[in-house]
Amino acid sequence: MHPAPSVIVFTTLSGAGFGLLAFLALGLLPVYGVQAFLIWGLGYGLAVIGLLASTFHLGNPQRAWRAFTQWRTSWLSREGWAAVAALLLLAPVALAAIFGGGLPPFFGLVGAAFCLATVIATSMIYTQLKTVPRWNFWATPALFLAFAATGGAIMTGQALMAAVLCALLAVLMIAAFKLGDQRFGEVGASMGSATGLGSVGKVRVLAQPHTGPNYLMKEMIHVVGRKHAATLRRIAVTLAAILPGLMLLFMPPHPFVLAVIAAIHLMGAFAARWLFFAEAEHVVGLYYGQR
Amino acid sequence: MTALPPPSAKKLGLVIDLDTCVGCHACVTACKGWNDQGYGVPLSDQNAYGSEPSGTFLNRVHSYEVQPDQGPAQVINFPRSCLHCENAPCVTVCPTGASYKRAEDGIVLVNEDACIGCGLCAWACPYGARELDQAAGVMKKCTLCVDRIYNENLPEEDRQPACVRTCPAGARHFGDLGDPDSDVSKLVAERGGYDLMPEMDTKPVNKYLPPRPKGPEQQVDILAPLLDVKTTGFAGWLDRILEKI
Ligand code: SF4
Ligand code: SF4
Ligand code: SF4
Repeated sequence: MHPAPSVIVFTTLSGAGFGLLAFLALGLLPVYGVQAFLIWGLGYGLAVIGLLASTFHLGNPQRAWRAFTQWRTSWLSREGWAAVAALLLLAPVALAAIFGGGLPPFFGLVGAAFCLATVIATSMIYTQLKTVPRWNFWATPALFLAFAATGGAIMTGQALMAAVLCALLAVLMIAAFKLGDQRFGEVGASMGSATGLGSVGKVRVLAQPHTGPNYLMKEMIHVVGRKHAATLRRIAVTLAAILPGLMLLFMPPHPFVLAVIAAIHLMGAFAARWLFFAEAEHVVGLYYGQR
Repeated sequence: MTALPPPSAKKLGLVIDLDTCVGCHACVTACKGWNDQGYGVPLSDQNAYGSEPSGTFLNRVHSYEVQPDQGPAQVINFPRSCLHCENAPCVTVCPTGASYKRAEDGIVLVNEDACIGCGLCAWACPYGARELDQAAGVMKKCTLCVDRIYNENLPEEDRQPACVRTCPAGARHFGDLGDPDSDVSKLVAERGGYDLMPEMDTKPVNKYLPPRPKGPEQQVDILAPLLDVKTTGFAGWLDRILEKI
């Protein structure tokens, strides 16, 4: 699949943003006043920038409101609702933290639940696609949740919890890479089944249907850069999980240190998300004799 | 509404005969010609006269070489367009309700006025049947020529999809696959019509007819018996001598 910057920014930043908001909503970081303004602002900023980025890959963004109508069937629609609900429900919690004045923890709990729902809905947009076997299994929601939780834990300075989450994230990332590699084979789609000619014999492309590129090939058959995948995988796991984990364990949880750790983690998350798209193979490639 | 309707009794679709398709791309051109000025926005082209032309098409024809275990390879031309799936994943993923499946005849359409061009439906389709128009930013797909098949302004014989009407080889058939007594259903039963990528669970309405089995390889070289001439006279003597040396 084509790793469009808009979707990479969207899923990475909004994931980290909603992770951070969930941790704040649960009251894990007791901050008030200016500090609360800054950290809640960061959470809202990441989530909103991510959501805005997602509109950049739309052909007609002016109609984006229509995406709220099909929540009963569409994960993309549910994602929109969950995101808006989380941002609205958490506003009083954020304001209470900034301006003082307690709110019962129930408010934060509900808001955190919607943050969780948003991340799950985002991941399900990809997980639901049978056509992309690498996405279509449990590792996708697990990874999205682990990224959100790790980002949130780092940014709220929960050093020990964040270190444990980093370890979990590393294991999940490696598992997703390894299991993901086998998914296409497991699904069993082949040029033979795509054309139905497998029963006649071995199928090979003789002539492509068009001489230039088309939307399908640009969007679904992204082969550029796959040759660096192995290196990028190591970079992604190191930056997103291993290095932050070690720094969390061996460095003082000073805000500046945490900011550096968070930045490293996010770089790893971007690399991982780039791979998530670039390595994903769509079954339509079979018609073109490509993956 | 992107919830799928309950299975309709009428299931309009195409039956494509891979035995007779000659790969002329006439259906590709006819489809583009009709749908460029019919349903929804035109099918735009990008860089049409440049080095890398591309454009939106609702129907594409692939050519494959299939090598059986025994005998020579076969060339099979393979038209690919929307299969109007009963279990259409492209419809349920759509966040706006732009993609829908008609309850009355099963045709899968896009309401372009509601489409935000997110492209998710194209990702959900296993068959590459949807292309996002690069000029208009809305999703285009085969309409089963819904503006022809019910069009009373057209003469009766033209009330079929443009691709079917134009196919010079008669490789494309249109009809109601929900009715077991329709011509297309009988054709499918008779020729062993099949679904593409059944493992994707989309339950396509369109069916493909496999190439007919080829008989054993024939002696095609009609000159061969003539080449095996026995030489006589001086040439025969020379032939024998030379063979001995
Ligand atoms: S062929 Fe593709 S676009 Fe057409 S109904 Fe099936 S899934 Fe949808
Ligand atoms: S591109 Fe249009 S039709 Fe397709 S899923 Fe998005 S809004 Fe729906
Ligand atoms: S039925 Fe109409 S829209 Fe569909 S492929 Fe044929 S000509 Fe194109």
